Amino acid sequence: MDFELTELQTDLAEGMRRLCQGEFPLERVRAAEGADRVVDRAGWRRLAEAGVFNLALPEASGGVGLGLGETALVFEELGRALVPGPLVASHLAAGLVGGAADGSVVVGVVEDRPTGEGHPVPVVIEHLDDLDVLVVLTEHGITSVEPRSLGPTRLRRPMDPLTPVWAVPDLPEGRPLGGPEEAARWRRDGAVLTAALQIGMAAWTTELAVGYAKQRRQFGRPIGGFQAVKHLCADMAVRTEVARCAVHAAAVTVDQAGVGDAVVAAAGAKLLADEAAVANGRSCIQVHGGMGFTWEVPAHLAYKRARVLATQFGTDDRLAEELGRSLAEQAPGVR
Amino acid sequence: MDLRYTDAEQAFRSELRGWLAATLPGLPPKPPAEDWPGRRAYDTHWQRLLFDAGYAGVDWPVEGGGRGSTPVEELIFKEELERAHAPYVGVNFVGLLHAGPTVIAEGTAEQRRRYLPSILKGDEVWCQGFSEPDAGSDLASLRTRAVRDGDHYVINGSKIWTSHAEVADYCELLVRTGADDSRHRGISWLILPMDTPGVEIRPLTTIAGSTEFAELFLDEVCVPVANRVGDENDGWRVTMVTLSFERGTAFVGDLLEAVELLSATVALAQRTGAWSDSAVRSQAGHLRAELDALWALTKRNVSQAARTGVPGIGGTFFKLAYSETRHKLGEFSLSLLGRAGLAAADLDGADGHGPLPAAAMVEDWLRGISLTIAAGTSQIQRNIVGERILGLPKEPVPSAAPSPVA
Repeated sequence: MDFELTELQTDLAEGMRRLCQGEFPLERVRAAEGADRVVDRAGWRRLAEAGVFNLALPEASGGVGLGLGETALVFEELGRALVPGPLVASHLAAGLVGGAADGSVVVGVVEDRPTGEGHPVPVVIEHLDDLDVLVVLTEHGITSVEPRSLGPTRLRRPMDPLTPVWAVPDLPEGRPLGGPEEAARWRRDGAVLTAALQIGMAAWTTELAVGYAKQRRQFGRPIGGFQAVKHLCADMAVRTEVARCAVHAAAVTVDQAGVGDAVVAAAGAKLLADEAAVANGRSCIQVHGGMGFTWEVPAHLAYKRARVLATQFGTDDRLAEELGRSLAEQAPGVR
Repeated sequence: MDLRYTDAEQAFRSELRGWLAATLPGLPPKPPAEDWPGRRAYDTHWQRLLFDAGYAGVDWPVEGGGRGSTPVEELIFKEELERAHAPYVGVNFVGLLHAGPTVIAEGTAEQRRRYLPSILKGDEVWCQGFSEPDAGSDLASLRTRAVRDGDHYVINGSKIWTSHAEVADYCELLVRTGADDSRHRGISWLILPMDTPGVEIRPLTTIAGSTEFAELFLDEVCVPVANRVGDENDGWRVTMVTLSFERGTAFVGDLLEAVELLSATVALAQRTGAWSDSAVRSQAGHLRAELDALWALTKRNVSQAARTGVPGIGGTFFKLAYSETRHKLGEFSLSLLGRAGLAAADLDGADGHGPLPAAAMVEDWLRGISLTIAAGTSQIQRNIVGERILGLPKEPVPSAAPSPVA
């Protein structure tokens, strides 16, 4: 047992960080705020070349043949850079939807609402204008849908200015792509990779807050010297690290047979990563004081993105309930 | 990142499991909580059994008489003992986890020969005299004074949080040998035989009603200079060196105990009907996520120690998060107990369906409160994270290093 990152894994994460710094500096990412399309196709293809979409695909299928563990490390970096677009869905679609693996086709996902209930709000879909293919995820399987056939309405004031959203009245049947097992894989791995994006953001907002607390002076001292501020920052770091271990463990549990229940691990990781990203986003704004409440300071972007991602691949209520039920069904699974 | 155990690690585990299965049924009954001589006899007997089987000082280096196991084996060792409900390290805690490692690292050959084997065999019990009534988080301000008089030190002062003092043979004692304001630079580390004249013990009762702690009053106590470990005034460094023995496994038993408590709480909720409430299920699920994550963090910390040989900051992250989770778990189980918790020891089984784990839950809830205080309060831990990891400006007064486990 050696739960530390291997040299290859560290290199992979560092490489992705450098790529993001080069291709997705914050000013460039922010230039797309409010736009209908936020996916930079050239940048998307460069992500593909770096393995973002085909990392976990077997070599025989044109992939790199690594696992979800490595992929999660890469997604952490994408999250840290606030790279916009349907990264998780496009990764999961590699090997199922032609062109997803090489970045020439952008794939999004939407979870269908349960049938037989009244729906007070329409189906909300992220990134629709950027999508070549939309995957619809239900309990029974996944289907693919032509995004522009849905009669979408662009919603003018999205919560996250870098996650444009559309409303559609209903989802059509679509073309079958996979059965219940494939749907379960999307839910499980989608939760892990979304959680990885969240911890990347949680780490980034921690750095942002710490950097500001070192430089901002009040009462003749940097505010980070005051325990009230210092402890906010410390809590951000602790939350990130605990959630990070949960995410890494969940990814490795998917990759390695016999080390635990991957579905439970994925749910726990997503729950804690969502919380870490949301709480850190809020703390980051708080540490910035009044400036944190301005559009200019990017803390709100991470906070809003965290809220968007928290609605994907399992909300906190559903995940906690799922985990609760797992306790009733079996002895606690830590091993 | 590999969570699979190697063949050698699995062999270590199954051998240990076999030994535990063969040994535990033969243990005498546990003595009552307040019977300290009985507990000493019980705990040291267990230590002797470990010694005879080659499991004493599993984490100690071979040159100190230990088994010299890897950090991962140490993790497995603690995990298996907890899962098998083996006795806790008990009164051997300070000797095995602190005093012994200090003597290994900093003691003379004579000190090592004299003190280490008897710790490993359970022949001698140690306690810790570090904290003082006026030196808690700020340990370096300690004032118990040792004055050199020929080949002895004469010691005056008092100590607090001295666990198992009543049944200890020796105390690892931090004393002021430098100037009053010398702080870290004027402390020495001494071995105090507990039967020395002038040592007075006054037991403390915790909010859980337990009596493992004591205050120690030292009045003109004579300790030979030969009992000093390390140089005069170098005791702070000596103490810190020992902390590097920590390899991420300090809370393994505790964490697994919390997992069991959560299971028991879920079972209780199922029996009382509270489980039909989705808010209760969600709370339980959330606690499970936290405990699972802490187990993953433990494995990360152990792996880091295995690679680098020194403990990383992960232990501080762990302690901060675990203590909070433990508080939540305590409150959760208490809220489910409801009024059955009001006199839990007497009302056990009051729902007519056999014994409730109520008494244990109330005790766990109360004991859990110490976790954000002992071994460095959460406030001090947050300073450590803020200053040493995040590089934020330091407190005006030099902040104490993580104080050793009391």
